[in-house]
Amino acid sequence: MVLVLAIGDLHIPHRAADLPPKFKSMLVPGKIQHIICTGNLCIKEVHDYLKSLCPDLHVTRGEYDEDSRYPENKTLTIGQFKLGICHGHQVIPWGDLDSLAMLQRQLDVDILITGHTHQFKAYKHEGGVVINPGSATGAYSSFTYDVNPSFVLMDIDGLRVVLYVYELIDGEVKVDKIDFKKTATTQATH
Amino acid sequence: MIADGVEDEEKWLAAGIAGLQQNAFYMHRALDSNNLRDALKYSAQMLSELRTSRLSPHKYYELYMRAFDELRKLEMFFKEETRRGCSIIDLYELVQHAGNILPRLYLLCTVGCVYIKTKEAPAKDVLKDLVEMCRGIQHPVRGLFLRSYLAQVSRDKLPDIGSEYEGDADSVVDAVEFVLQNFTEMNKLWVRMQHQGPAREKEKREKERSELRDLVGKNLHVLGQIEGVDLDMYKDTVLPRVLEQVVNCKDELAQYYLMDCIIQVFPDEYHLQTLDVLLGAFPQLQPTVDIKTVLSRLMERLSNYAASSADVLPEFLQVEAFSKLNNAIGKVIEAQPDMPTLGVITLYSSLLTFTLHVHPERLDYADQVLGACVKKLSGKGKLQDNKATKQIVALLSAPLEKYNDIVTALKLSNYPRMMEYLDSETNKVMATVIIQSIMKNKTRISTADRVEALFELIKGLIKDLDGSPDDEVDEDDFKEEQNSVARLIQMLYNDDPEEMFKIICTVRKHILAGGPKRLPFTVPPLVYSSLKLVRQLQGQEENPFGEEESTTPKKIFQLLNQTVETLSNVPAPELALQLYLQCAEAANDCDLEPVAYEFFTQAYILYEEEISDSRAQVTAIHLIIGTLQRMHVFGVENRDTLTHKATGYSAKLLKKPDQCRAVYACSHLFWVDDQDNIKDGERVLLCLKRALRIANAAQQMSNAARGSTGSVTLFVEILNKYLYFYEKGNPQINVAAIQSLIELITTEMQSETSTPDPAADAFFASTLRYIEFQKQKGGAVGEKYEPIKV
Repeated sequence: MVLVLAIGDLHIPHRAADLPPKFKSMLVPGKIQHIICTGNLCIKEVHDYLKSLCPDLHVTRGEYDEDSRYPENKTLTIGQFKLGICHGHQVIPWGDLDSLAMLQRQLDVDILITGHTHQFKAYKHEGGVVINPGSATGAYSSFTYDVNPSFVLMDIDGLRVVLYVYELIDGEVKVDKIDFKKTATTQATH
Repeated sequence: MIADGVEDEEKWLAAGIAGLQQNAFYMHRALDSNNLRDALKYSAQMLSELRTSRLSPHKYYELYMRAFDELRKLEMFFKEETRRGCSIIDLYELVQHAGNILPRLYLLCTVGCVYIKTKEAPAKDVLKDLVEMCRGIQHPVRGLFLRSYLAQVSRDKLPDIGSEYEGDADSVVDAVEFVLQNFTEMNKLWVRMQHQGPAREKEKREKERSELRDLVGKNLHVLGQIEGVDLDMYKDTVLPRVLEQVVNCKDELAQYYLMDCIIQVFPDEYHLQTLDVLLGAFPQLQPTVDIKTVLSRLMERLSNYAASSADVLPEFLQVEAFSKLNNAIGKVIEAQPDMPTLGVITLYSSLLTFTLHVHPERLDYADQVLGACVKKLSGKGKLQDNKATKQIVALLSAPLEKYNDIVTALKLSNYPRMMEYLDSETNKVMATVIIQSIMKNKTRISTADRVEALFELIKGLIKDLDGSPDDEVDEDDFKEEQNSVARLIQMLYNDDPEEMFKIICTVRKHILAGGPKRLPFTVPPLVYSSLKLVRQLQGQEENPFGEEESTTPKKIFQLLNQTVETLSNVPAPELALQLYLQCAEAANDCDLEPVAYEFFTQAYILYEEEISDSRAQVTAIHLIIGTLQRMHVFGVENRDTLTHKATGYSAKLLKKPDQCRAVYACSHLFWVDDQDNIKDGERVLLCLKRALRIANAAQQMSNAARGSTGSVTLFVEILNKYLYFYEKGNPQINVAAIQSLIELITTEMQSETSTPDPAADAFFASTLRYIEFQKQKGGAVGEKYEPIKV
């Protein structure tokens, strides 16, 4: 069992002062084995904060990121799963599932994690998952008027991955659970 | 010299101890055989060792303690003697036959205590006799130890209220009188000590004197423990008499120690009720006395007392503790013109802590304290003293910690004036403390006036003070500071749009003064605050009350335009372009076509004139296409202009693969799912064909330059775009085109000159799998895919 945190679009300090305190108290060092960050952190302080939660941090570059050394996209293998990360502003139309699916085929990954829209999304389709963890700070977005802060924890165990979606709605943390098996059929349940 | 002195002293101490032990031995023998006469003889000889004047107080104390232990045995013996029928009066007479005065007085004190215990005479008479007789010793060290002995052995025999020695004739008044007299005499001896011996050893002597202070202070402890000393007696007798001695002795060391001792020994409520008298003494002390420390401790004690229970608070009000302390501090500072600035600030800092504890609701008190402090500092310019600046930071942090709320501190008119005294470095530190307090407490600053006041406080971070930019600032520190300002801007917020607009204007005014180095940090949060306000107003009717003055999205967009424009002086074209595009999208949501067009124009100008780095161009193009794709506000003409430009930029990117990708991305500008009027299949096809040509050119270039064709990735990407539009029902995209593309890729991959690229192979394979998958879906999609052969 491996815990992977997927998080992105924090936009600190341009659009938000900090992570919601409730998220901060949940995210403690030592529990997470990998962090996948889609980008737009935007500053070093936030990078350092994530690094303090877990040293194995994978970041791709958002258009506002101060650190220009982040790659445009990145793939990594965790257990039986191949994961791809990309911020998503490069994939036009933005947030379009079919276009993201093309990137997923291009990176040849089981799970594609992107951001940019600040809307939490998780799609299952032909043998893969496309996840957008949303904005962890609930930052302003031109896509949607009500951004709830959210992030995703992935529990990868063998051929199975369980996504826990943490969303802050009216001050309360709501958790949603989505199950995905690598060899499973493609019928989406979410 | 000094080493010899120490060695000699060791020798003398050893000799003293030896003499003492020897006589103690004979004394024990006499005690064992009930030989009173011998006992008195040897005890007197033993005590003679204490007549030495060669020992320092420290060594003398060692000798004294040994004698003290022996005297306890003698006291037991005297008690038994009286029980055996020996008259205590006779004993009291008998011990006075000792030849030397010092042994005689020690013995007298010892017997005197037994005398009191027998109750054959009133305690007060015996005590009075003893305390008077002790005047016989005028040598400071010997006298201090003797009187200390007296205080020690008599402390449980005072005619205190409730004590067994209280009687008709004896009262607590006598007990107090006795202790006060002993105290007065001891203090005189102690003060006089400094004048004995050569002047060059004064420093050493003062150190020794300081070691003896607890002997004098012990009397005050005894007074503090006498049950019968109630408030009235403390007020009428104890405090005036003690203070009289303290003031009149005119000795710095004694005054400092004893004032502190008074404050520590007596109960808080006594201090509160006698504040006038106690505080009245301070200005009369020697100008060199470290009054700030003593007064600070007093205020600290009173603060803790106030915090201990809400019941005691009325007392503070009743005695007007605050104004008394405030006055006293003023007088002390006047009386001590040489007091360093640190002392002044420390005093006011303690007073502020006091008033914050005792009168948290009286903000005017806190402001008064700051005001008084500012007044004292005025004319001294910026502080140079490190400790003093630190103390000011502590002083200014106190209200923040107490109220956990900067809004309260903003009401203190003297707060910003106080900050004027900080050098620019410390000013920044304080500004950071203020921001941290706001962030920690999640304080929302919700009016423009408060924002104005806040920016006044933190101006050290907002602009270059002293006119000139500081070049020595560490870049990381600078970033951190400016990021904290950016965070702060998120906390300046009001739900009411009118007030929010005022806040935005206020923030804008201040941050624009920050200069090109700060703008890239501060402009984005301001822009997003403004865009949030636009959102809020968007749902509302334009000018709901028909008022010309009311805030409208249009007005905000004008402001935004001017704000983002300031980044051109930095220059920060990439950031500005991103912000312009965000604004354009917000204008799109407000249905303001001309505004949106203007923002796009600005973004395009920046792209054409300022953004030259090829990687930055790629990102900018993605953002331009991505944003433009989402715009629905534009009429045909404007849209054509903008899409035409965007396609043009795409085809001019430096690297062929970037060109190719940007051009096929442009195809989405002509076919938008949820907009029926944007379904121009032909132009989509043109884009894709153009992308194909670029991909071909890239291959040929690669062949020419490296002798092998590049990867087929671009072709596979374009194939995916064909499939995308085919699936969306674009009539221009047909099976034949897709089929030939698949064949092209297959041929390329098998070509001998091609470079093996596993990633591209996998991409192609997964694309083919996708086609298969779509076929198997059946239904309309399956039918569509059926003719494609893979």
